[in-house]
Amino acid sequence: MATNEEIQKDLEKREYDAGFITDIESDTLPPGLNEDTIRHISAKKDEPQWLLDWRLEAYRHWLTMEEPTWAAVDYTPTDYQSISYYSAPKPADSGPDSLDEVDPKLLETYEKLGIPLREQEFLAGVKNIAVDAVFDSVSVATTFKGKLKDAGVIFCPISEAVHEYPELVKQYLGTVVPQGDNFFAALNSAVFTDGSFVYIPKGVRCPMELSTYFRINALNTGQFERTLIIADEGSHVSYLEGCTAPMRDENQLHAAVVELVILDDAEIKYATVQNWYPGDENGVGGIYNFVTKRAECRGVRSKVSWTQVETGSAITWKYPSCVLIGDDSVGKFFSVAVTTNCQQADTGTKMIHLGKNTKSTIISKGISAGKAQQSYRGLVRMGKNAENARNFTQCDSLLLGDKCGAHTFPYVEVKNATATLEHEATTSKIGEDQLFYCQQRGLSEEDAVNMIVNGFCKDVFDELPMEFAVEANRLMEVSLEGSVG
Amino acid sequence: MLEVKDLHVSVEGKKILKGLSLTINAGEVHAIMGPNGAGKSTLSNVIAGRDGYEITSGTITYKGDDLLEMSPEERAWAGVFLAFQYPVEIPGVNNTYLLKAGVNAKRKHQGLEELDAFDFMKTVKEKAKLVELDPSFLSRSVNEGFSGGEKKRNEIFQMAVLDPALALLDETDSGLDIDALRIVAGGVNKLRSKDKAIVMITHYQRLLDYIEPDFVHVLADGVIQKTGDKSLAVALEEHGYDWVKENK
Ligand SMILES: Nc1ncnc2c1ncn2[C@@H]1O[C@H](COP(=O)(O)OP(=O)(O)OP(=O)(O)O)[C@@H](O)[C@H]1O
Ligand SMILES: [Mg+2]
Repeated sequence: MATNEEIQKDLEKREYDAGFITDIESDTLPPGLNEDTIRHISAKKDEPQWLLDWRLEAYRHWLTMEEPTWAAVDYTPTDYQSISYYSAPKPADSGPDSLDEVDPKLLETYEKLGIPLREQEFLAGVKNIAVDAVFDSVSVATTFKGKLKDAGVIFCPISEAVHEYPELVKQYLGTVVPQGDNFFAALNSAVFTDGSFVYIPKGVRCPMELSTYFRINALNTGQFERTLIIADEGSHVSYLEGCTAPMRDENQLHAAVVELVILDDAEIKYATVQNWYPGDENGVGGIYNFVTKRAECRGVRSKVSWTQVETGSAITWKYPSCVLIGDDSVGKFFSVAVTTNCQQADTGTKMIHLGKNTKSTIISKGISAGKAQQSYRGLVRMGKNAENARNFTQCDSLLLGDKCGAHTFPYVEVKNATATLEHEATTSKIGEDQLFYCQQRGLSEEDAVNMIVNGFCKDVFDELPMEFAVEANRLMEVSLEGSVG
Repeated sequence: MLEVKDLHVSVEGKKILKGLSLTINAGEVHAIMGPNGAGKSTLSNVIAGRDGYEITSGTITYKGDDLLEMSPEERAWAGVFLAFQYPVEIPGVNNTYLLKAGVNAKRKHQGLEELDAFDFMKTVKEKAKLVELDPSFLSRSVNEGFSGGEKKRNEIFQMAVLDPALALLDETDSGLDIDALRIVAGGVNKLRSKDKAIVMITHYQRLLDYIEPDFVHVLADGVIQKTGDKSLAVALEEHGYDWVKENK
């Protein structure tokens, strides 16, 4: 039977199966960042003046800011002048109108990643999933637009929404995450290129799951996507994002902003399966993932949940947050983060309770192997009007081997005496005794590791929509693949 | 069936087993008794293939094969079962799911088709009844939150489902109430047959009233000090272990 060291060694050998490069001609801006770069991006997208002004305002603010250093991650700072801020596969300046116009190479790319872009290809019995596929800086295809439109649902690239639904975009963009919110959000606001826009009208239950797949392909290019989802009164939507990138020796920057607006009695379930290239076993290459995600539960009884399965990226800096403004609103955060080799993750959530009887739940599961370092950083704030607000936090860490680390930084601010908080935290090693027990019952060591890790993550996987739970399971298996020799 | 010859085992540099030999034939029931820390669990763990023990010399053959060359799961597939002295909790892993994975891994190894959910559940329900295990335990996480006695009963339930050729029961009777002891013993007796062997590690002669052994061994100071029949256990109860050492 293998020891923990052996398991660790094998984990280091895990394969990243989304690491291929698509050989496609692209239209890429030369590296560098200044006001002209921003004007250029804006012009490429034929944007209205107000948006260009908005971007420039963000950029000027960004210039006054400093890159944050408080996260427990260690990396060579990005040289913001050395990356390109726009890259689009030719000739897709604006998204094609039908799939027939999509470059077959792109279709093939998504096929290889297991993402269905051909609507008719869905298996019978599988619930439909609409997909927006973002390749480097642009959306290359969005499926089921028509069917969704019939239901009144808007699901399109944000660059298209700027033209088609300018009033909605203007009304909500930057209202959850303002331009100057933080260093990376300001950068994103200045140079964001594409991402998804979703609007669910009053009383509508979105007839299918929505998803966006982000793919970074071009070399030396940052991806700065911006997603905006609005759930109007009484509506409901379930959304998934997936992310992959080729294996490259250079680090690449991904700085996204996601804004969610939830009105009275509405609900958004947002799930992420993040599998950016994590770098090799020596820590060479990989994506720097600096993401600002925030949901505002503006309406009474509104609900939001963030569910994330994070297996990729060299560096993850990510704290999906819930601002619970409406009375009786509910925020949830479920997270599984796997770090192996030299990966570093500083992730967690913020629950800001402002309304009465607001409720939040945080369940965070961290798995570390190799030399990986992982931190949970969570803030729970109970505002002075948050009568009877409640929070429950549970963070568990599982360590494989003894060179990795897990750290927990819970922050609590309570300004209302009627609020209640509960916090539980555990750190455990994958038990030699658990492995032996499973093997004694006839499981191979690899199956035993998978079973124990999946058991550890169960509380979170149970929260994923059925369609995505399968994906998460597969990813976990790939991550832990070869964990025995 | 099982032949342990001159087995020397150290843990963390400390010699625990010092030339232990033991022969177990199909159809037999053996009891192993001995003071705390004598190495009884060490012996059963080494037979089952647990890591962390240094086997400095000696051999173990099982059905003619060199057991020490086999991985723990290969031993399990070959019919070796260990009921743990301290069954481990595995949060989030469904009790039945683990068992099904174990059964099917074995079947796959034997070139048999995997059992479908329906057939498997039928067996599981039958065996749960045999050891009077409440069906609610089937869908709970492995041993999580089980009482001490419930964990032991779960071990016997797993044994019943896996249907081993050689069962090692490490203090399965400890922590069982009188009724549970009778039920567990009844379960074990039903599994007795001419092509199976059972090794029971116990501190109490009481268990042997329920499951009558063919042999009773006393393990102390790293070797089998004395072997006898059921009456040895009775004498032990009366005189203690020092008596064994003095009357080899
Ligand atoms: N991992 C370990 N590290 C150090 N010592 C160990 C380890 N495992 C076992 N030992 C020691 O080996 C000796 C034998 O232990 P073992 O568990 O086999 O005893 P036992 O006969 O089963 O006792 P009991 O009746 O109390 O269950 C003990 O002295 C124990 O402390
Ligand atoms: Mg013992």
